[in-house]
Amino acid sequence: MKFLQNKFDQIKPLFEKGGKFEKFHTIYEGHRTIFFAPDIITGKKGTQIKDATDLKRLMFTVIIAMIPCLIFGMWNVGHQHFIATGVEASILDKFWIGILKVVPIMVVSYGVGLLTEFIFCVIYNRPIEEGFLVSGMLIPLIMPATIPLWQVAMATVFAVVIGKEVFGGTGMNILNVALTARVFLYFAYPSQISGDVWTYLGDKTPVDAFSGATILAYGAEAAANGTNMMQLASNHWYAGMFDFWNMFIGIIPGSIGETSVLMCLIGAFILIVTGVGSWKIMLSVILGTLAMGGLFNLTGGNSFMEMPAHYHLVIGGLAFGAVFMATDPVSASHTELGKWIYGFLIGVITVLIRVVNPAYPEGIMLAILFMNVFAPLIDFYVVEANKKRRLKRATV
Amino acid sequence: MSQTIKLKKGFDINLAGKAENKTIEVTQPDTFALKPTDFSGLSRPKLVVKEGDNVKAGSPVFFERNVEDILYTSPVSGEIVEIKRAEKRKVLEVKILADKQVEFEKFKAYAASEISNLSKEDALEQLKKSGGWTNIIQRPYGCVANPEDSPKSIFISTFDSSPLAPDYSYVLQGQEQYFQAGIEVLNKFTAGTVHLNVDGKAEVSQLFSNTKNVQLNNINGPHPAGNVGVQIHHIDPIAKGDIVWTVNPVGVAIIGKLFIEGIYDTSRLVALTGSQLKERGYAKMYSGACLNKLVVEGDDNRFISGNVLSGEGVGSEGYLGNYHNQVTVIPEGKYEEFLGWIMPSTKKLSFHKAFGMLTFLNGKDKEFQVDTNTHGEERNFVISGAFEEVMPMDILPTYLFKAIMAEDYDDMEALGIYEVIEEDVALCEFIDISKNPLQEILREGIELIKEG
Repeated sequence: MKFLQNKFDQIKPLFEKGGKFEKFHTIYEGHRTIFFAPDIITGKKGTQIKDATDLKRLMFTVIIAMIPCLIFGMWNVGHQHFIATGVEASILDKFWIGILKVVPIMVVSYGVGLLTEFIFCVIYNRPIEEGFLVSGMLIPLIMPATIPLWQVAMATVFAVVIGKEVFGGTGMNILNVALTARVFLYFAYPSQISGDVWTYLGDKTPVDAFSGATILAYGAEAAANGTNMMQLASNHWYAGMFDFWNMFIGIIPGSIGETSVLMCLIGAFILIVTGVGSWKIMLSVILGTLAMGGLFNLTGGNSFMEMPAHYHLVIGGLAFGAVFMATDPVSASHTELGKWIYGFLIGVITVLIRVVNPAYPEGIMLAILFMNVFAPLIDFYVVEANKKRRLKRATV
Repeated sequence: MSQTIKLKKGFDINLAGKAENKTIEVTQPDTFALKPTDFSGLSRPKLVVKEGDNVKAGSPVFFERNVEDILYTSPVSGEIVEIKRAEKRKVLEVKILADKQVEFEKFKAYAASEISNLSKEDALEQLKKSGGWTNIIQRPYGCVANPEDSPKSIFISTFDSSPLAPDYSYVLQGQEQYFQAGIEVLNKFTAGTVHLNVDGKAEVSQLFSNTKNVQLNNINGPHPAGNVGVQIHHIDPIAKGDIVWTVNPVGVAIIGKLFIEGIYDTSRLVALTGSQLKERGYAKMYSGACLNKLVVEGDDNRFISGNVLSGEGVGSEGYLGNYHNQVTVIPEGKYEEFLGWIMPSTKKLSFHKAFGMLTFLNGKDKEFQVDTNTHGEERNFVISGAFEEVMPMDILPTYLFKAIMAEDYDDMEALGIYEVIEEDVALCEFIDISKNPLQEILREGIELIKEG
C-alpha cells in the first residue's frame, strides 16, 4: 500500500497551509483516513493508549447490519413488480429490477448528502464526520421504489442541512437525519410518498384485480369507514399477501428496506451482539407497541383497534424503525433509564397514530421524531434524579 | 465495621510487559528533578533555592505562595544545577545533580511506641517542614491537603488495578513498621475512620491485614476498583462541603519512616513495566529519578511515568513523577494503517465489540501489545452508553463532561465533580470512540469549581 500512501503524500502539499487547495484540507484528510487509519499519537498527558475502535467502525457496523434489509428489499421491489404485472420471473430478473430502482436512489442519497456535508466541512473547516454514512443508507431504505430522484435529492439536502448541520454536525443533531428526509417528503410532496406508491410498475399495466393498498391503508379505511380490516386484508387481490408470516418475512409492498421483519431481526442481532445498538430501546419499543395494541384490543371500537396487537409488529416500518432509527445514539435518550421510557413511548405513540389518526397511516416515523424531541426532556428528569440522590447526602 | 464492596462495572486492561516479582539493580541516574507540575493545583511555586545551591534529601526547594509552611523538598542530596522555566517564568523542573551517597536532612526520630502519644501539632510540624505532608491528598480536587481541614475520613487503597500496576505488598515488603507508624500519624488528623481497602480478588498480604487502627474493607471488581475515588464513593461518599484525604500506601510508609528514622526518604521500589523494557521487575528509585538509565528495546518509545491510563509521557530523558511508583515503556504508534478502521482483528485491544473488533474472542489471560496510536480522529461526543459501563459510580460521565464544557458550575457540582479526579475518568477516555481528552476536560472543570 506504499503506492497509495505515496500518491497521497504527493498531493499533500496542495492541501497544506499556503497550498493551492488549502481550503479543501478537510476533504483531503477525510479521504486519506478512509484508506489509512491516521498516524495520530496520544498526548503527553491523559491516556497514553487508546481503544482500537473509532467512530468509523461503529458507523460501519450499522451499515453492515442494514445489508440484509437492503438485499431483501431489492429482491422484493422486483418481486412486487412482477406479481403486480402478472409476469412469471426468475429471482435474477427480480433482483435486476430492484437494482435498477434502488441503486440510483442510493447514489443520489450518498452523492448529494456527502456533497452537502463536504461543503459544510470546508466552510466551517471541521473534519468530515462519519454520521452520514449511515444516514445515506437509511434514506433509500425508507423510500418507496417509485420516488422521483430529484425528490430524494431535495429531501437529503434538507435533512443534512436543517436536520444536522445547523446544529453543529454529527453528534449535535436533535432529530434522526434520515427520518427528517422522509418527513420532509411526507409534508412537501405527499402524493409521491403516500397512497398507491409502494409497488413499482414502470410502464407496465398491472393485472386487473391489482390494488396497491397496504394493510395500513385497510386499517385507515377501517378506522374511517367502519369496514372490517382483517376481512379486507384476507380478500386482498393477491391471496395470502397479508398473512402474519408473509408480512413477517416481508413479501409485501412498502418502502424499499423496511418490509421484512426477519431481516430487521438479523440486523438487530448484529447491532446487539456488537453492542452498537441499544437492546433496551428495541425491546421497549416492542413492549410499548404490544401494550398499546393490547389496550385497544380490550377497548375495541373498530376492526383496526381489534386487530391482534402482535400484528402491529409486522406491519408498516415498525420493526425497521425500532431497530435502526429509534436506536440512533445521537437522537435517542442518552440515559439508561431514559432509553426504556423513550422506546416504550415510541411503541405506544406509533400504535396511537396508526389506529386513532387515519390521516397518517404510518405512525412509527412520526412517533420516533416526536420522541427525538422529547428525549432530552426524559433525560433531564433522569439526570435530576441523579442530582437529587447526591444532594441528599450533602450537609451544607 | 469492615465493608465488602462488589463492583461489576469496569474493564481490566491486560497488557504485555508485567513486572516480575524480583528486585533489579538499576544504575542510579546523575540527575533528579522536583517538578511543581506533579502537584495538582500548585499554581504559584516560590523557589527557596537558586542554581548552585546544595541541598540534602528533605531540604526545602519551593513552597506555594501564601502557604509558606508546607514545604516541597528535595528527594536527594546534591547541587541544584538547573531551574527550567516556561513562559512567564513558570517553573517546570528543579534539577538536582545527585551526590553518590544521599545525605538526609535530620528530623526528629521517635520510637514506635512513642508515635501514638505524639501530639497532632508536633506531627504536623514535622510533616510540613520535611515534605512528608505532600503525600496527603485531599478530595475534592486531588491536591495537597490543607492542614487546617479536619477530614471526615482518610482512605488508603492498598492495590492498584491499573494496567501493569505495581503490587504494593511486594513494594512494601519489610516495611510493616513504617506502614503502621504512618497509619498512627494519619489517625491524629481525623476524628473519623482511616479506611484501608484491600483487593477482594487476591490473597491479602499480612502487611495490610495485620495493620491496626484501621477499618479494613474488601473491594472486589475490575479496574477501576483499585482507584481510591471509587472506594470513597461506595464507603463514605463526598458531598458538597465534605473533605476526605487519601494517601498512597507508599506515601504512608514514607510518612512512617519520617517519624521512626527521622529522615524524609522517598526511595521506593518502582515497578518497571511495558513491552519495550529489556528487564522488568522492581527497582529502588528515589522520586524524581531521571529515566535515562533504563535499558529499552527499539528506538521510538514512549517513556511513561505512571501507568498507561493516567500517567504522563515524560520522554527518555524525563523524570519519575513525585507520586508515581511505576514506569511504563511502550512503542510510539506514529504509523498509518491501511484500512485500519475496519480490518477485523483479534490482536487489537478494545472494550467495544463493533464489527471486526474481535478482542473478546481472546481468553482472559491474553496479554495485549499496545502503542500510542489513537486509532482514529477526535469527534463530537456520540453517546453510546459505554462510559457508564466502565464507571462504577452513580455518576453520569457524559452529562458531567458537558456541564464542564458549558462551564455550568451548578451542574458540575450537582453531577458529582467533587467525587472524581482524572484517574477516575481515565477508562472513559480510553474507551471513548470519539477520542476526546476527558481527563484534561475534567481537570479544567475541577480548577473552575475550585476557584469559583
